[in-house]
Amino acid sequence: MIGLLPDRLYRDRRIAWAAFGVLAVLLIALPFLVEAGLGRTWVRILDFAMLYVMLALGLNIVVGFAGLLDLGYVAFYAVGAYFYAILASPQFGLHLPFWVLLPMGAGIACLFGVLLGAPTLRLRGDYLAIVTLGFGEIIRIFLNNLNAPVNVTNGPQGINMIDPVRLGGHALTRPIELFGVQISGPHAHYYLFLGLTLLVIFAAIRLQHSRIGRAWAAIREDEVAAEAMGIHTRNVKLLAFAMGATFGGLGGGLFAAFQGFVSPESFTLMESIMILCMVVLGGMGHIPGVILGAVLLTMLPEALRYVGPLQQELIGRVAVDPADLRMLLFGVALVLVMLFRPQGLWPSPVRARELHPDNPDQVRQEQESLYDAER
Amino acid sequence: MTPSAERDGGGEPLLAARAVTKRFGGLTALSEVSLTVQVGEIVGLIGPNGAGKTTLFNCFTGLYHPSAGTVHLEGRPLAGLKPHAVAALGLARTFQNIRLFANMSVLENVMVGRHVRTRAGVLGAVLRGPRTRAEERSIRERSLDLLDRVGLGGRADQLARHLPYGDQRRLEIARALATEPKLLALDEPAAGMNHTETAALKGLLETIRERGVTLLLIEHDVRLMMDLCDRVAVLDYGRKIADGPPEQVQRDPAVIEAYLGAGAA
Ligand SMILES: Nc1ncnc2c1ncn2[C@@H]1O[C@H](COP(=O)(O)OP(=O)(O)O)[C@@H](O)[C@H]1O
Ligand SMILES: [Mg+2]
Repeated sequence: MIGLLPDRLYRDRRIAWAAFGVLAVLLIALPFLVEAGLGRTWVRILDFAMLYVMLALGLNIVVGFAGLLDLGYVAFYAVGAYFYAILASPQFGLHLPFWVLLPMGAGIACLFGVLLGAPTLRLRGDYLAIVTLGFGEIIRIFLNNLNAPVNVTNGPQGINMIDPVRLGGHALTRPIELFGVQISGPHAHYYLFLGLTLLVIFAAIRLQHSRIGRAWAAIREDEVAAEAMGIHTRNVKLLAFAMGATFGGLGGGLFAAFQGFVSPESFTLMESIMILCMVVLGGMGHIPGVILGAVLLTMLPEALRYVGPLQQELIGRVAVDPADLRMLLFGVALVLVMLFRPQGLWPSPVRARELHPDNPDQVRQEQESLYDAER
Repeated sequence: MTPSAERDGGGEPLLAARAVTKRFGGLTALSEVSLTVQVGEIVGLIGPNGAGKTTLFNCFTGLYHPSAGTVHLEGRPLAGLKPHAVAALGLARTFQNIRLFANMSVLENVMVGRHVRTRAGVLGAVLRGPRTRAEERSIRERSLDLLDRVGLGGRADQLARHLPYGDQRRLEIARALATEPKLLALDEPAAGMNHTETAALKGLLETIRERGVTLLLIEHDVRLMMDLCDRVAVLDYGRKIADGPPEQVQRDPAVIEAYLGAGAA
């Protein structure tokens, strides 16, 4: 038994490295494969998928780890985006460097997280959801109206001509030739976003398996017991809020620089709900599931765009407006997933087992404890 | 555990409740209950259902705030403290209606108990430097050690909700011990246990005391209370009607009346 162990470990480790290598090559080649197969538009969609993975992982800290329902998450995204847009655009003629503004924007968003969290986190469940929803709307309305008396946000028109990301003097939006390979703007952004996404994933995993992560889980499971075991629940919840907001602010800065344009319309309640759906649909609290949810829900609406041309081809006219169909199919998909996979598409193994206890020993134990409880 | 027995030889009680009153609207759940617990003692708290035992525990641990009266732990007033602050001062508890972190593993439940005695924050968690790694290792080792002590060593990786009832109660004890309490308050730890389990529990509580943790427990199992406790206090309708050595309390006419109703006394 003991003799076998190192051997197996060694082999497992080699398999893990091999899988890691294949994945790395695949991720590096992905934009080229996608461009060859589906066209340049899809590389942009890929970029957005990465962006949403970051946002969803941030919201997952709040909703999945700590169990706090936040319906105003997009506010932090907006704060990060506008912070960058205002300080790196013709709006005030300021053009501060991206790499300075990005962490600062995340920091400001974090501050907003604390500002919102401090007075509201004593509320539970539905009440917290309503207050955060209100907060998200307030931020959006502010952005809409902060064009007078001093024009800060340029109101509903939004801010245009935002500075792109610069890497050593090179604007990432411009194509560049590296090692004889032509790298377009969307490609370059893909690599930037991929790098940052990997950092965010790394941070999320580390957080989950830490003293803080356990405290979050404890609060999610039983707040009273967590408090009685010495967890300063208000502060630890605030920490979850602040961390989620930080990731949101980071995503916002990237969005503004990538898009070159921000307006309040990008930060509606629908956007918050979309990110929440990514978390819930993928598998709340389970990082791989959340990543899957974000990628799927970014791609799905884009894929449905083809429904229009497809109708044209098949029946000669567009019978159903693809825009209507998108929301309909989206709703149907949500309902189906919640019916058949209530824990999400890719729940954590532990939770999956909860739903399908195939281990008879466990079933028996559970019945036993039920029996004991009834006595 | 901290061997507080030596340090506190002066005779100041570990826990001192003076004239604690707790009202819920018109209902007076506790009226002027005083209780002291000395370092190293095992004190029992008994009384019919609804007498106010759990309410008293809640007043000690910051879950409720007394309407009147004071509670001191090692001479420090607990007035206005939140439960986490009380736990940090060294008073841990278990719950009558088990409150485990159901979807966390047995080990993780105990590891959560270490939270209050450890430091790693967000930055430490993400960077995981040598200090954080050492802390995390010690959390795990101490928690595994505690699981062994309560006899759950083999179940570390199961979900807490999958444990049989008796094991869940012992897990709650391990989780509370992980906070390094000076005083451990147990709310009906033997409820739902069979004879063998109760006997094992008695042994466990004795070893906990030997390691320097003072015990205050609510229990209905009379045999267990008589065997285990140095002193027993009796609550009835929110009043303390007796307090003394078990044999004496057992013969107290007021106690007999409370338990058997008038006429039997
Ligand atoms: N949060 C509360 N709100 C209202 N009444 C309560 C509350 N907690 C306890 N009580 C009441 O206080 C009395 C004592 O309850 P409890 O302390 O649980 O009794 P015991 O633990 O001795 O069985 C009961 O009448 C109970 O209904
Ligand atoms: Mg009770």
